[in-house]
Amino acid sequence: MQLDSKLAILADAAKYDASCASSGAVRGNSRDGKGVGSTGGAGICHSYAPDGRCISLLKVLLTNLCIYDCHYCINRRSSNVRRAAFTAAEVVKLTLDFYKRNYIEGLFLSSGIIRNADYTMEMVIDVARTLREVHDFRGYIHLKTIPEASPELIEIAARYADRISINLELPTQKSLDVLAPEKSIVRTQQAMGRIRNKLDEASERRKNGDKKVRHATGQSTQVIVGADASTDADFLARSDDLYGNYKMRRVYYSAFSPIPEPSSLLPMKAPPLIREHRLYQADWLMRFYGFKTGEILTPETPNLDLELDPKLAWALRNRQDFPVDIQTATREVLLRVPGLGVRNVDRILQIRRFTRLRLTDLVRLRVSLAKVQPFLMTADHNPSNLLLDSDALRARYLPKPKQLELFFPSDAVR
Amino acid sequence: MQCVDPGENFASWRDQARILLAANISPQEVLWQREASLFSEAIVQEEAVISSVKVPAAFMDLAESVACHSDPTRWALLYSILWRVTHGGERHLLAIASDEAVAKARTMEKNVRREIHKMHAFVRFKLIDTDATTGRERYAAWFEPEYFIVEAGAPFFRNRFANMDWSIFTPKGCVHWRENRLTFTAGIAENPVENPDALEAAWRTYYRNIFNPARLKVKAMQTEMPKRYWKNLPEADLIEELVSESQHRVTQMLAEEPRPVKPRPKNAYLDRLRDLSARESGESGANE
Repeated sequence: MQLDSKLAILADAAKYDASCASSGAVRGNSRDGKGVGSTGGAGICHSYAPDGRCISLLKVLLTNLCIYDCHYCINRRSSNVRRAAFTAAEVVKLTLDFYKRNYIEGLFLSSGIIRNADYTMEMVIDVARTLREVHDFRGYIHLKTIPEASPELIEIAARYADRISINLELPTQKSLDVLAPEKSIVRTQQAMGRIRNKLDEASERRKNGDKKVRHATGQSTQVIVGADASTDADFLARSDDLYGNYKMRRVYYSAFSPIPEPSSLLPMKAPPLIREHRLYQADWLMRFYGFKTGEILTPETPNLDLELDPKLAWALRNRQDFPVDIQTATREVLLRVPGLGVRNVDRILQIRRFTRLRLTDLVRLRVSLAKVQPFLMTADHNPSNLLLDSDALRARYLPKPKQLELFFPSDAVR
Repeated sequence: MQCVDPGENFASWRDQARILLAANISPQEVLWQREASLFSEAIVQEEAVISSVKVPAAFMDLAESVACHSDPTRWALLYSILWRVTHGGERHLLAIASDEAVAKARTMEKNVRREIHKMHAFVRFKLIDTDATTGRERYAAWFEPEYFIVEAGAPFFRNRFANMDWSIFTPKGCVHWRENRLTFTAGIAENPVENPDALEAAWRTYYRNIFNPARLKVKAMQTEMPKRYWKNLPEADLIEELVSESQHRVTQMLAEEPRPVKPRPKNAYLDRLRDLSARESGESGANE
C-alpha cells in the first residue's frame, strides 16, 4: 500500500480522539543537540480543520487493526473499514518531515490492539524511542497507552513522551460491558494511579534540581458523550474523581460522532455538540471557578441546561446571592458572576485598589454589560431587585431561535 | 508643538522618549512623526540627565510589544502613558486595565502577541536543498505578518530549528539562520519561494482525513485561522471542498446499514481479559 493511502486511513482512524494539547512540556530546545525540536510554554495550533478543531500534532494510529470490539469505534474488529499499518520507520520519517516544515508540534501516536497489550505497547514505544534516541527529536510526543500493558512498558513510554493518556471512553462499567466489552474501569483506574505515582516522582525529582529527568509531565483521558445513557452528573462525578485522585491535566469530552461503519448495537445520530460544549464549560467551572459538582448539577436535574451556560444557570437558581458589589466582593464571589472570566476578575481586583469601577470600565474590559448588569453593582449602577426577581430574567438570556453558534472549548467560560 | 521622529522600532522611540522626558516635555507638546526638526537636535544636549528617570519594567514590556504594531498613533499613545506614569503621579497606571489609554495599548499588545503566535503557527518551510557533504538542510518560508514582528518572532525558530539553515521572508523584514547566527534584512515585496514542497501532498492528505465532517464548525475555525492567512497555507484550499461535501457525507453515514457484531476471535489474551473482568465484577459485587 502507498504511504499516502496509509496516512489517509490511519489519520481518519485517529480523528475521534479529541486531545490535541501540545502544552505543559518541560522547556527545551535543540541548540545543543543534533536534531530538531523545542517544547515548553503554551502549545501551538499549526492549523485548524473546518470542524473547528486545532491541528497541533501528527495524530495517527500505528495500525487500525484491532482485536477489541468497542461499538462506538470505527476500528473495532466488527467494522469493515479498510485496514492499514505503518512501519515504525514510516511514522518516524513523517513526523520529522512534517516537523521540519513547521506543520506540527510533534506526534500523537495511538494504535489498535494487535495480538495483546504488551506487543502493541512495544511497537508504539519503538517509534518514540527511535525519534528520541536515533534522531534526537525534541518536539512533543503524546503516547496513548493501554491499561492492561505491563507497568514497566507504560513507564518506558512515559520516559519518551511529554504526555501519556488512557481513554476511559465511558463513565460507568455498565456502559463499558455493553459497548466496549474488553474494557474495565477498575483496570483503567489502576493504570492511571500507577502513572500518577510515576508523574509525581518525576516532578519531585525535577523540583529537587535533577535537570536530566526525562519523563512525561502529565496524563489526560477522554470520555465519549452521547453514546450511552450516562447523565451529565455521571460525567462530572467521573471527571471530579479523575482530576482529584489521578491528577489528570485534562478530561476531554468527545461528542459521539457518526462513523461510516455503524454498529447494530449503537444507532447513529447527529453528534450532541451543544451538550459537549456545556460539559466543557462545567468542567472549567470546577477547575478554575471554584464550583463543586453538586452546585452545577443536582439529583433532580442531572443534566446541564442546553440553552444557558452552567454559570448563568447556577446564578439564576441562586438569585438570593445577587447583586454583588464589584468594589467589595471577594475574588471567589466575583468569579461566580455570569459574564466575568478569571482574567477580568483579576483585573478588577487590581483596578479597585486605586479607583471605583463604573460601567464604562467594564465596557473597556470587554465585559458584556447585558450579561452582568442584573448581577453586579458598580459606582454608577444598582440593578433593580425587581429584575432579579422577575420570571423574565431567564427569558432575557435565552438564545434567539436558530442562533446556536458554538464556541471553542478553550473559550468556553467567560 | 514639536515634531519628533520615533524611528522604526522600540529602541529608536525609546531614545527619543528618554530625551523628551528628561527635558520635561509633555505629550501635548509633541507630534510623533517622521520629519526633520531643529528641535530634535536641540534636546540631544539634555542626555546627561536621562538616567534619572525611572520607568517601571511593566511599561517597558508593554512598550516593546506595542512598538511592533502598525498603528501610527502608537508612539504618541506610549508617550502619553509614560508621561502619566513618570510625571503625572500615576505610577500605578498600568494596573488600571480599564483606563482608556491603557486599554488601547493593551489591545495593541494583545494583537501583536497574537500575530507573533500566528507566525510561529503558520510559517510553512519548504526544503530548498541539502548540503552534499554535511547533510545540513536549507529551508525557506514566505509569511505576510500584519505587524512588525519578525525580530520578536525569530528566537522561537532559532531554538527549534537550530540544526537546519533557514530563512523567513516577509514584506516587513526577513530573518536568516546560518552558521549559528541570526541575521535580519529588509523586507521584500514578493514571495521568492513559490514552488510547492514535496511534502505538501502528504500534509494535505493528513488535513483532509483528520477533519470530521459530522462536526462542522466553520466559524470556530475562522476565528483561529482567519482567511488572510490562507493563501500561504498549503492545506487551506481544501477547506471549501471539505465544507461543501460534509453534509452529504454525514447523510450517507446515517443511512448506512448497521454492521452485525462479529464473534470473538480465538485469542488467549482476550480470554485472559474476560477472566480478569469476571473476577473484578465478582469483587465489586462482594463489596456492595
